[in-house]
Amino acid sequence: MVLQRFVRGLLFLGVSLLILFPNVSVKAAGGIAVPEQDWSFSGVFGTFDRGELQRGFHVYKEVCAGCHSLNYVAFRNLGDLGFNGEEIKVIAKEYEVEDGPNNDGEMFTRTAIPSDTWPAPYPNDNAARAGNNGALPPDLSLMVDARVGGADYLYALLSGYHEAPKGQEVADGMYYNAYYPGNQIAMPSPLSDDGVEYGDGTKATINQQARDVSAFLAWATEPNMEQRKRMGVKVLIFLIVMTGLFYVSKRRIWADVH
Amino acid sequence: MSEPKFNNSLVRWIDHRLPVFTFMHHEMHEYPTPKNLNYWWNFGSLAGIVLVIMIMSGIVLAMHYTAHVDHAFQSVERIMRDVNYGWLVRYIHANGASFFFIVVYIHIFRGLYYGSYKAPRELLWMLGVVILILMMATAFMGYVLPWGQMSFWGATVITNLFSAIPLVGESIVTLLWGGFSVDNPTLNRFYALHYLLPFVIVGVVVLHIVALHRFGSNNPLGIDVRGNQDTISFHPYYTVKDAFGLGVFLILLSAVVFFLPNSMGHPDNYIPANPMVTPAHIVPEWYFLPFYAILRAIPDKLFGVLAMFAAIGVLFILPWLDRSPVRSATFRPIYKVMFWVFLLDCVALTWLGAKPAEGIYVILSRLFTAYYFFHFLILLPALSIFETPRSLPKSIGRPVLDGGGGAMAAAPAATRERS
Ligand code: HEC
Ligand code: HEM
Repeated sequence: MVLQRFVRGLLFLGVSLLILFPNVSVKAAGGIAVPEQDWSFSGVFGTFDRGELQRGFHVYKEVCAGCHSLNYVAFRNLGDLGFNGEEIKVIAKEYEVEDGPNNDGEMFTRTAIPSDTWPAPYPNDNAARAGNNGALPPDLSLMVDARVGGADYLYALLSGYHEAPKGQEVADGMYYNAYYPGNQIAMPSPLSDDGVEYGDGTKATINQQARDVSAFLAWATEPNMEQRKRMGVKVLIFLIVMTGLFYVSKRRIWADVH
Repeated sequence: MSEPKFNNSLVRWIDHRLPVFTFMHHEMHEYPTPKNLNYWWNFGSLAGIVLVIMIMSGIVLAMHYTAHVDHAFQSVERIMRDVNYGWLVRYIHANGASFFFIVVYIHIFRGLYYGSYKAPRELLWMLGVVILILMMATAFMGYVLPWGQMSFWGATVITNLFSAIPLVGESIVTLLWGGFSVDNPTLNRFYALHYLLPFVIVGVVVLHIVALHRFGSNNPLGIDVRGNQDTISFHPYYTVKDAFGLGVFLILLSAVVFFLPNSMGHPDNYIPANPMVTPAHIVPEWYFLPFYAILRAIPDKLFGVLAMFAAIGVLFILPWLDRSPVRSATFRPIYKVMFWVFLLDCVALTWLGAKPAEGIYVILSRLFTAYYFFHFLILLPALSIFETPRSLPKSIGRPVLDGGGGAMAAAPAATRERS
């Protein structure tokens, strides 16, 4: 009987939790539902696909990095994608960063080292706006958590450029996108078929690139995700065993209460 | 009550001079507790444990957090990425706040159902309402700290409410802001208060427990304890039961922390605060939604604010609105139904608080807001007069009223057989 009451309590909790998750239904702020994608990193046991991340990084580096910063990612973090220390140094060497002041009080530029964060394409927001028709390309390091729909939304957005439907005006310097709130975005479609060349021979269709770069940004948003889920499984197993033991003890101790 | 005997000589030595061990033995070990408490009574001690979890995780966060508009957002991201297990601590703290409210709201509705606010527990109840208000203030200011878009705009909207107060309103807002808009001084004072208030809560919790131990727990039958046959010692019976409840709680909290850590938050709070860009919808955290719905239901700003505060304030006078001498809803046939209607009303207000204030939602908000106050101000006083309660059992030990049919049906079958 006690158990029955307890189960009822659990059910109640479950239902209240369901009510509390306002974000489970994936809908873009624009109103059209974002199609759900099958990601290797979704689900309790989900992990990142290293090949996908490396391709996505390639797309970011060759395409998006021209306009978007990635402030919270350092070169050394690329180790997560499967690059080794030497490879990371080589990647970092391609970039220059500002440092200083030196002993003479002067700022200077030097080649980047693994502990540097990814250099931003523009020195400040105003420069970024000036280079983009007045629109600000946002930093991409948290993009997957910062949008309703997460990686699904990014994929839909990047592969969602079409001709505007008849009758819909698109302002100058704006582009029609089915998934962007309001359907007019200041970012021109960044991807094109074979716009990049993948090292692993994967065919670089728009959809493939959109998928890869969305996965890469999911990693950039939460590089600790795999650790979190792995730990979560262990913690849950431990807690379930512990709670089971508490339940048995509770039954034993209460057996003599009349 | 006998003096406890301690085997350890050091404990004896200390206890003779500073009777903390006697105190603990008295208040935890032999503290007599009604033996018929159900699992809804788990949520009190659970709330206490969650408070400790919040304070511990909060202190670790505070070691890495920077309260400055130029660094706050970034420092939270450093915690998430570079501090060892920082992501874990922050997810526990952010989701822990939501779970804290779930636990405390269940705890409050438990009190409403079983009439735990009635004499002689009025002050105990009122201290609980004080805790709720302090929790709300703490959570509100905590949500501002990561300095995301919702932090900034939530703070702007809510602090602006105070400007509706006649004469002093504007000054209060300036004082809250520390200037003429939500800015760095606001963030700094909110941080100071966010660190302080949880410890004030601890203080009020202590008073809450002192008041509780004066008369002991209420119980599902809502009748007074008649003697030893009605009670069992808190330890080990309720310690083990609470431990089991804590286990279930930790399983649920962990499921969210490890697998859905951002599901209760708003994506906009991962965008750094920007005073130049207003988000499309400014929504408070879910635990404020019923009050937010009440605020927006009233067309006039001042009266909206008053109604919102009154929605909590009315809880203070609840013991004097509900004059029925019977505590437990089990023996109050009409109140029992009205309790569930009221619960649904609160769920509806929560839902409406998240909807845009337009069209049908406004009308519904007004209806449910009106019902909220109707329940407390008219229904409960009226029920105290018109409702005929069922006959109460004589004691917890023998819940069966001699020959009484109504109570018989209500008493749990198992207890009936055993007694
Ligand atoms: C030519 C510059 C440019 C390039 C290249 C570019 N973007 Fe953008 N991006 C922008 C601008 C400008 C905006 C702001 C759009 C607006 O505010 O309407 C933007 C906005 C975005 C947004 C935010 C959309 C939202 O919901 O607010 C995302 C996500 C994004 N870009 C991803 C990417 C990715 C991924 C790439 C690489 C594949 C990329 N961008 C390449 C200029 C660019
Ligand atoms: C009643 C207990 C408490 C509640 C309900 C509470 C609530 C919150 C909430 C809702 C947030 C925002 C989380 C987010 O979305 O990121 C937060 C952040 C924070 N809290 Fe608390 N808190 C409590 C106790 C404490 C204590 C005691 C401390 C410090 C000693 C503390 C320190 C912090 C810090 C530094 C942050 C900013 C970091 C972050 O946003 O993750 N909190 N708190």
